[in-house]
Amino acid sequence: MSLARPDALNITTKQKIALALGIVGLFILTLALFNVNFPNKGLFLTLALGLIVVGTILYSRDAYLNKLEGIKNDGQWFKSVSSRGIWGWILGVILTAFYIVLYFFAEYLGLGQGTDGSNTGLIRLFDPLSQLLSGRNASQWFVYGTLYTVAILAFGYKFILKYRHNRYQQLRTVSVMFFQLAFAFLIPEFMYRLNSGIPYYDLKNMWPLSYYNFEQYRIEGFLTTGNLGLIMLIFGVLSIFVISPILTYKYGKRWYCSWVCGCGGLAETVGDPFRHLSSKKQSAWKLERWLIHTVLVFSVIMTVAVVSSYLKAGGFWTGEEGNKRFIEYWLSNEAFLIGIGIFLTILFVGVMVFKRNELGKDAKYGAIGYFVVIAALVLLFYTGTTEEIFFIKSYKLKSAYGFYIGSIFSGVIGTGFYPILGSRAWCRFGCPMAGILGFQQRLFSKFRITTNGGQCISCGNCSNSCEMGIDVRHYAQKGENIVRSSCVGCGICSAVCPRGVLKLENDGMEGRINPTEVLLGNDVDLMKLVNQK
Amino acid sequence: MEHIVIIGNGISGVTLARHVRKLSDKKITIISAETDYFFSRTALMYVYMGHMKFEHTQPYENWFWDKNRIDLVKAYVKNVETKSKTLYFDNGGSLQYDKLIIATGSKPNKFGWPGQDLDGVMGMYHKQDLDNLEKYAPNNQVCKHAVIVGGGLIGIELAEMLNSRSIPVTFLVRESNFWNGVLPEGESGMISRHIKNHHIDLRLSSNLKEIKSDENGKVKSIIIEETGEEIACDVVGLTAGVSPNVDFLKDSDIELGRGVKVNRFLETNIQDVYAIGDCAEQHEAIGNRRPIEAVWYTGRMMGETLAQTLCGNRIEYKPGHWFNSAKFMDIEYQTYGWVFSERGKKDFEQHFHWRHDDDTKCITVAYNKNTNAFLGINTFGIRMRHETFDKWLTEKRDVDYVMHNLSEANFDPEFYSRFEKDILTAYKNQLQTA
Ligand SMILES: Cc1cc2nc3c(=O)[nH]c(=O)nc-3n(C[C@H](O)[C@H](O)[C@H](O)COP(=O)(O)OP(=O)(O)OC[C@H]3O[C@@H](n4cnc5c(N)ncnc54)[C@H](O)[C@@H]3O)c2cc1C
Ligand code: SF4
Ligand code: SF4
Repeated sequence: MSLARPDALNITTKQKIALALGIVGLFILTLALFNVNFPNKGLFLTLALGLIVVGTILYSRDAYLNKLEGIKNDGQWFKSVSSRGIWGWILGVILTAFYIVLYFFAEYLGLGQGTDGSNTGLIRLFDPLSQLLSGRNASQWFVYGTLYTVAILAFGYKFILKYRHNRYQQLRTVSVMFFQLAFAFLIPEFMYRLNSGIPYYDLKNMWPLSYYNFEQYRIEGFLTTGNLGLIMLIFGVLSIFVISPILTYKYGKRWYCSWVCGCGGLAETVGDPFRHLSSKKQSAWKLERWLIHTVLVFSVIMTVAVVSSYLKAGGFWTGEEGNKRFIEYWLSNEAFLIGIGIFLTILFVGVMVFKRNELGKDAKYGAIGYFVVIAALVLLFYTGTTEEIFFIKSYKLKSAYGFYIGSIFSGVIGTGFYPILGSRAWCRFGCPMAGILGFQQRLFSKFRITTNGGQCISCGNCSNSCEMGIDVRHYAQKGENIVRSSCVGCGICSAVCPRGVLKLENDGMEGRINPTEVLLGNDVDLMKLVNQK
Repeated sequence: MEHIVIIGNGISGVTLARHVRKLSDKKITIISAETDYFFSRTALMYVYMGHMKFEHTQPYENWFWDKNRIDLVKAYVKNVETKSKTLYFDNGGSLQYDKLIIATGSKPNKFGWPGQDLDGVMGMYHKQDLDNLEKYAPNNQVCKHAVIVGGGLIGIELAEMLNSRSIPVTFLVRESNFWNGVLPEGESGMISRHIKNHHIDLRLSSNLKEIKSDENGKVKSIIIEETGEEIACDVVGLTAGVSPNVDFLKDSDIELGRGVKVNRFLETNIQDVYAIGDCAEQHEAIGNRRPIEAVWYTGRMMGETLAQTLCGNRIEYKPGHWFNSAKFMDIEYQTYGWVFSERGKKDFEQHFHWRHDDDTKCITVAYNKNTNAFLGINTFGIRMRHETFDKWLTEKRDVDYVMHNLSEANFDPEFYSRFEKDILTAYKNQLQTA
């Protein structure tokens, strides 16, 4: 998140001043962290965030606007911070520490440490803003959300300048900036202000990315808040089962991963200087496929188990003492489990029948995943109780899931390790949402990256800058389209290609996957002979 | 088992090896003196500029060769004995082959300039040149000024490289406008201006007279032929073209011209000896192509072709429509079919030229003024689709058709501004005034 590039070669005076401003802003936050009690919190908060933003803006303007438009990657493998040098590691450690404190030791940030449970420290500094937006004091999540949003906005601006010759990059960056500011940050706060009792809901975050979306407290929240709550619940279900498949079919998973998603938004803006650090080894790809699908299977099972455990109760009590009423679920546990089983079976059989070829060797893994889930369903059906799932206390399982996947993976490793693993480690190895979208993208989508005939010179710029670790060159140099489940459609490979070889496109399904051996430009008879085997 | 030995691990040799492996079980050995593994020469510049590390220029991971049973030997072949089918290495070793493929690429031209072998004077072709540049021009303290001699594709890449480390560059170009032996005037003018916009001291119509040495045998300055001006510098890049790297074959029985002479089957005068890539020279040029084609794609295509022949399906090297591409600092260039410069074009070749006001995008469409047949297109700053032009060339479309359907060929990223309407309007206006 830091702009600091202490080792930057030849940074100008203006850039130094800009850096200094940003550092002063960070310094104010640090002072607050160490419990300096600023007199006018609103003012100092504004000052701190303002300085960080202004510093970033001035720095970026000086870095990019004085040069001609074009690709600006000079020295990215020389600078310590962006090439796993000492500054990269230091930054990684600071970020990781921040995440650990945030997730597990919020009291160090000052959460509820004052007399009468008010905030102190860093969190207290954010109280005025929180009061302004939602009328309550800040929490560690509010602090995090604010910093996150500020970071996406400031570095988004930087990214837009960096790619000021590229409209695709600019538009999608404006889009993630908007979704972060409005959907993730402002709207949920305003919704709270309406005092509706609807649980925090970032509308753009769908299950399974927000793995908690169908947990009991949320379902109760939705069901007790009248029509609005119900609409949100329905929207939550529709978004993953209807809206997302349609959009992914038309545009590929990029519509979400690099135009809407907040995790993606951070990776594309703040994480941009680290994108080339992702591993392109084939071994990393193998690991990726195992990990991401395991997480996906795990989140499906977890969610089903959790939902099943409260459905078993048939309903829940709500209302004040003396005025209690029982709200019945309209779905029984058995119907739910059987329904899921049938849905998955239809999906599985359908894919095996119609998409066997595209799946190739992965069919085996798909089958393993399917049978694991079905086995889990059967187990739930016969052994689950309201208290225990898989013979383990359900709350324990839930918190373990939240701990390992939600906190450790997506936060600590996913973001804290930006300077080490590259900007999309979470998106690539862990995100269950990316798993589902990727599956769709590979099998049911019009999206692909087209390669331009025989123009590739195997230079490797595309692979180098793919944050998802896709070896784009592997396909491009064979004249083969890139149809990979992990591609988030960021379009950077296309941008950096010095020969104009790559184009992100939505087109018909026919001939989308086109393995070739001999490229365009050679003898037409030879091409026919070799490619039509 | 037949032993296929390839000298040179560049794109042509490696493509050949890959295809032979796909088609057969033959024993394959690749010899190179340059690097352990195949890398992309075209990406050398990005290593110096810090976009990539050297290992990223290697298209295949190191385990690839073992897995595909392609033996790699790092040695310099100093002699080829075709009678006994033996190669002799400079380290004393030797190797027997059944079939030999020469794919030794090129080396930078040196035209006998005084001082051309001083320290700090280098070409930009091999990995060793890159290491050399890193040594003599690590930053703008060690290298206060650099001079590049020769305005071709490699020269401008070298200029961009040095520029990325804020090293001031003087760029000597023999032609009156950058690369105008190849590019039509409108385009080469635009590129010349673009080079200057990058604060590169571009000297047109300027030749190198001599390179001067300091007391330690290192370059100190250069003198320009035309003006006699002396320019102090720490590095001189010689990028006045390349020629086939075949000197080691001088004493062999293999017929040489500038390169290794081959027929359309890429066979040399000696049985079981073939040549592909930059070092191969056709007895007669194919169509408008040059007898020696020193580009990436043709090396690859020759490799693809020869693999068939070696595996029992003897076929001719029969390249399709010409295409190529390059990047001039920030401006991408692609070409499909043939567009010649004023110097090279035939009488029937007519050009339509369009340039955007921002002076970073332009196209030139060449057509036959008698028949209106479309001959080719140069496009700068607008990406176009290889497949579409390849099809149009095969279908022998006329220029009107191409101009009216230009948007079909657009390959720019989504949401980019499109210029087909402007181009068409300009085209129609030109017809009216013509
Ligand atoms: C900086 C640069 C940029 C370029 N950019 C482009 C571009 O954008 N587009 C394009 O089309 N082309 C480009 N080219 C040209 C392209 O790289 C060459 O045409 C291509 O690499 C030639 O491939 P090749 O396999 O014939 O030979 P090479 O790649 O030259 O490989 C030959 C190998 O053989 C080795 N060798 C030679 N002699 C011996 C010997 N006696 N014993 C052992 N080993 C030996 C050499 O050391 C070398 O490793 C560029 C070239 C350079 C230098
Ligand atoms: S393949 Fe290209 S578009 Fe897809 S994620 Fe990688 S860099 Fe982005
Ligand atoms: S697709 Fe473009 S960036 Fe990728 S290797 Fe080929 S030429 Fe280089």
